[in-house]
Amino acid sequence: MTILEIENLDFSYNGEAVLQDVNLTVRQKDFVAIIGPNGGGKTTLLKLVLGLLTPAKGTVRVDGKSPQEASSCIGYVPQNVHTNHSFPITAIDVVLMGSLDPNKRLPRRSAINRRDALAALERMEMDAHAEKKIGVLSGGQRQRVFIARALMTQPKLLLLDEPTASIDTKGQEDFYRLLEELNQDAAVLVVSHDLLVISRYVKSVACVNKKLHYHDQAEITGDMLETMYPCTVEEVCPVELVAHGLPHRVLADHERKRR
Amino acid sequence: MIEALQFDFMRNALAAGLLASVICGIMGTFVVVNRIVFLSGGIAHAAYGGIGLAFYFNWPYLPGTIGFSLFAAMVMAAISYSVKHRADTIIGVIWALGMAFGIILIDLTPGYNVDLMSYLFGSILTVPRSDLLLMTIVGVIMTILVVYYYQDLLAMSYDEEFAQIRGVPVKKLYFDLIGMLAITIVMVIQVVGLILVIALLTIPPFIVEKYANSLVQMMVASSFLGAAFTITGLWLSYHYNLTSGASIILVSGIVFLISLVADKIRAISIKKG
Repeated sequence: MTILEIENLDFSYNGEAVLQDVNLTVRQKDFVAIIGPNGGGKTTLLKLVLGLLTPAKGTVRVDGKSPQEASSCIGYVPQNVHTNHSFPITAIDVVLMGSLDPNKRLPRRSAINRRDALAALERMEMDAHAEKKIGVLSGGQRQRVFIARALMTQPKLLLLDEPTASIDTKGQEDFYRLLEELNQDAAVLVVSHDLLVISRYVKSVACVNKKLHYHDQAEITGDMLETMYPCTVEEVCPVELVAHGLPHRVLADHERKRR
Repeated sequence: MIEALQFDFMRNALAAGLLASVICGIMGTFVVVNRIVFLSGGIAHAAYGGIGLAFYFNWPYLPGTIGFSLFAAMVMAAISYSVKHRADTIIGVIWALGMAFGIILIDLTPGYNVDLMSYLFGSILTVPRSDLLLMTIVGVIMTILVVYYYQDLLAMSYDEEFAQIRGVPVKKLYFDLIGMLAITIVMVIQVVGLILVIALLTIPPFIVEKYANSLVQMMVASSFLGAAFTITGLWLSYHYNLTSGASIILVSGIVFLISLVADKIRAISIKKG
């Protein structure tokens, strides 16, 4: 089942093309990492999927609907939320924010919502911290609270922007295992600015630098997508992967696909 | 203090102070968490242009000032929403222009020498009953709006992007918030004066922010703290014959400093312990 479908998408900002002819299909069990250089358009792509920006050309469909209509299908975990750690809000109130729904204004803070929020926190092993102020939690704990918030609507697509930035290397391994678990119920899309860390749990990689180049498992052995994603020498994806430890994963050069 | 309350003007002053504390406690919470203190300062000073207009055209004070302040506030809101990185400069310009405009208009008003000091530092001792009633009405309407939009305002203040994704009309809500703020500021100018409006809007919420677990708690605690500052300040001004607005703010400022020092000591003792 297709969860996210981006077709022939163009986006420009102040007359300058940021994304060009982007195509991407994400299915139910997919676990995709979006990588690319700064200014390559990753964040823009994310905002287009979230419906915060409108494409100049092409379409974005989430679960067959426009991003705005599908807002409850998307669980979004932003990178940096409010750097003011004194902000008077508890973990559970942050999670409750996830139940905001444009179509249901009142009542929005029912006991059922609260129970759901606690359950979401429990799933993230954060229920003991429910009544704590968000500012006193560690970076990793806060991350889990934001994932709990994203899970409030039982999303079909989980979008995470640079999720491991505030987690140490040991924590990152745990974190990706957690994402793998969440991947049972939802497609996962992780945007990473850090090109060094791509977990082995990631099933496919999309390189974004104005154009989008998609690498999936099949491509490592053959070039199935060759006809779908032709690359010219000028459009070579400038993203390189460097990794320590096993297993290494080597993606085919974009230019090799062009014969 | 009790004996002072036998005077009508003291009772009015106390009522005005308490009303202002509650209104500022609620709006100040949004000012502090949304970091729009400078914008609030801009509105407070530009409001002087409205005061000038009201005098020049002989309009009643409140409607004239509120109308002008709302206009200035909407311009500032539009700029701070669309071009965030230029907002401070433009707000600074409107800040100065509004003030100058007001002073020139008052210069041009024939045969009327309005006391600038009373607008700068407040005229709490001469607040008429009609203004008290108006403040009460505004306070009640504001409270109802904040209660109704609480979840949306909270989401916008904490995580604007997420709120927008979840269908909260962030842009409209932001303009509404700034509009409410403009009305609040004009109200409070009468109590503590426009120079010191910012202090009553920011000091109580800032002090309680770190102890509060929710915006509601912050609003309630700020209101009580503001009320305590107002009562103490009024008592001091009555007892020692000082300017009432300045006394209220001085009390707030002293407590503000004490709270900063207390935080420092607490942070050090946590580190050690």
